[in-house]
Amino acid sequence: MRIENGVSRYSQFSVLNFPFFILNSIMTAFLLELSYLLGSITFVVGLKKLSHPETARQGNLLAAAGMGLAILATVLFHEHNGERIGNIGWIVAAMGIGTAIGWTMAMKVKMTGMPQMVSFFNGMGGACAAIISIVEYHSHPEGAAGYFLVVFLGLVIGSVSFSGSMIAFGKLDEKIKDFSAKWLTVFNLVLLAVIIGILVTAVTSPETFGPNVLWILLVLSLLYGVLFVMPIGGADMPVVISLLNSLTGMAAAFGGFLYDNQIMLTGGILVGSAGTILTVLMCKAMNRSLLNVIIGSFGGSAAGAAAARGDQTVKEISLTDSAILCSYATRVCIVPGYGLAVAQAQHICHDLEKQLESKGVEVYYAIHPVAGRMPGHMNVLLAEADVPYPKLIEMEDANGMMNSTDVAIIVGANDVVNPSAEDDPGSPIYGMPVIKVWEAKNVIVMKRSMRSGYAGIENPLFFHAKTKMLFGDAKDTLQKLVSEVKMT
Amino acid sequence: MDALANFFLENQDMIYIVILSIFLGIEVISHVPAILHTPLMSGANAIHGVVIIGAIIVMGHAKSDDYLALTLGFLAVVLGTLNVVGGFVVTNRMLEMFKKKK
Repeated sequence: MRIENGVSRYSQFSVLNFPFFILNSIMTAFLLELSYLLGSITFVVGLKKLSHPETARQGNLLAAAGMGLAILATVLFHEHNGERIGNIGWIVAAMGIGTAIGWTMAMKVKMTGMPQMVSFFNGMGGACAAIISIVEYHSHPEGAAGYFLVVFLGLVIGSVSFSGSMIAFGKLDEKIKDFSAKWLTVFNLVLLAVIIGILVTAVTSPETFGPNVLWILLVLSLLYGVLFVMPIGGADMPVVISLLNSLTGMAAAFGGFLYDNQIMLTGGILVGSAGTILTVLMCKAMNRSLLNVIIGSFGGSAAGAAAARGDQTVKEISLTDSAILCSYATRVCIVPGYGLAVAQAQHICHDLEKQLESKGVEVYYAIHPVAGRMPGHMNVLLAEADVPYPKLIEMEDANGMMNSTDVAIIVGANDVVNPSAEDDPGSPIYGMPVIKVWEAKNVIVMKRSMRSGYAGIENPLFFHAKTKMLFGDAKDTLQKLVSEVKMT
Repeated sequence: MDALANFFLENQDMIYIVILSIFLGIEVISHVPAILHTPLMSGANAIHGVVIIGAIIVMGHAKSDDYLALTLGFLAVVLGTLNVVGGFVVTNRMLEMFKKKK
């Protein structure tokens, strides 16, 4: 759909367009569409390559190149009612600012902060889509129903994605606390219904609300984004980020509809659908339904399971004993969790592994699909510490090896090794696949304190007959353990 | 209803692209190993930064006396660039770590 535009014919900064003056409209349109086609192809191929370990990096660079081409082509060749892109100075300046900030942030962020960084950038994209809708509506407040539908959907989805991502960012960065209440679930559903109601009315009979409907929708959508993410607990955050990611994709696609722009459409939809599938895959890994994640909040029901704790006691183990236990083992399994990442202990963990290997102990890492705060997060962190690829064993294979493992060392993991998921139907994580460390001959749990995990659930593993606790900061304890092992 | 029917008829080719892209997105991603979930999400995050093209169009066709459009357009281009550049750089940094050892 093309929107009618005003009449001003000249473009400022036309000097910059000079070399292309000789190209006629058909040529520029052709070059633009060709660039978009090539760009779309790089997105598809890039995403495909991103899903194989050997080609992933190449895929990312390819998609980035396609994006660059599409942006350049838009600036140079985009024409609307015979007008080229104006305000080029401002556009270049804005891109310069965005590049400087984005680059710096992306280069500075620690590997542990990756999930919130992705969430932040996702929010920026959502905000961008929402702003496009605002300006479009402001400049062209009249149009067909289809035009309103596209503009308002872009606005609503973009805004929800923006405010939701910002909350997710704040939560993962531990700047915002979880807040959940029974009434909130109901309120959110009502709010969503109201937004949809207003949107439908505004599209079918624009005169009902007048032009201010734009601001009403904006405010309500921003509010919905906040309230929708607010009650969702930490363990479900990756799912939420993935969901918001696909929402931003959809918002971008509505922009594509608005401007009859193929690359925005394909890119946006591609991310929208791929993101949705990714979200579903993540839910599967945690054995939760998407609806359950969105509507039922996690933390609230933990109280029931906690009651079972009673006056059970935990057994502690000294560093020396731990070192001896590990050094004389044949096979040791390390189960890393987010605590390891927070303590930045992945390098020392690798030291421990090398130290034990030099004593002839076979060491492997058991990686839960959602270890860390995002699926695959732990692999990224351990890769950073140069842990060889083949040592990272995925959960299912690791569970098969657990019987023949002498010692399972749990470093900063909690929920992913919780036996309640297997045998306590009352537990909120019942049914979630976990690493069955209790099948190993000995279990050492490294933990800062008896505090429950990120999801706020009690863990009976700590009271298990095979389990011994090694309290302390993960990095510090590992460091000491490495030197103890050296001496053993 | 007529309006929506019109919308459908006028944008048939776009709707085809949407439907086919949805299937493509599902196909492309469905066999990804769990270890690549985070980089893949991050890569997809960068790709939806394509919304910046809309921002450029808004900014590029804003009239010089329309300050609201100019200001918001400028902001949109900044945010869109953040999404694109930050997204690709973060993804590259993650994947760089996989590359080092074989």
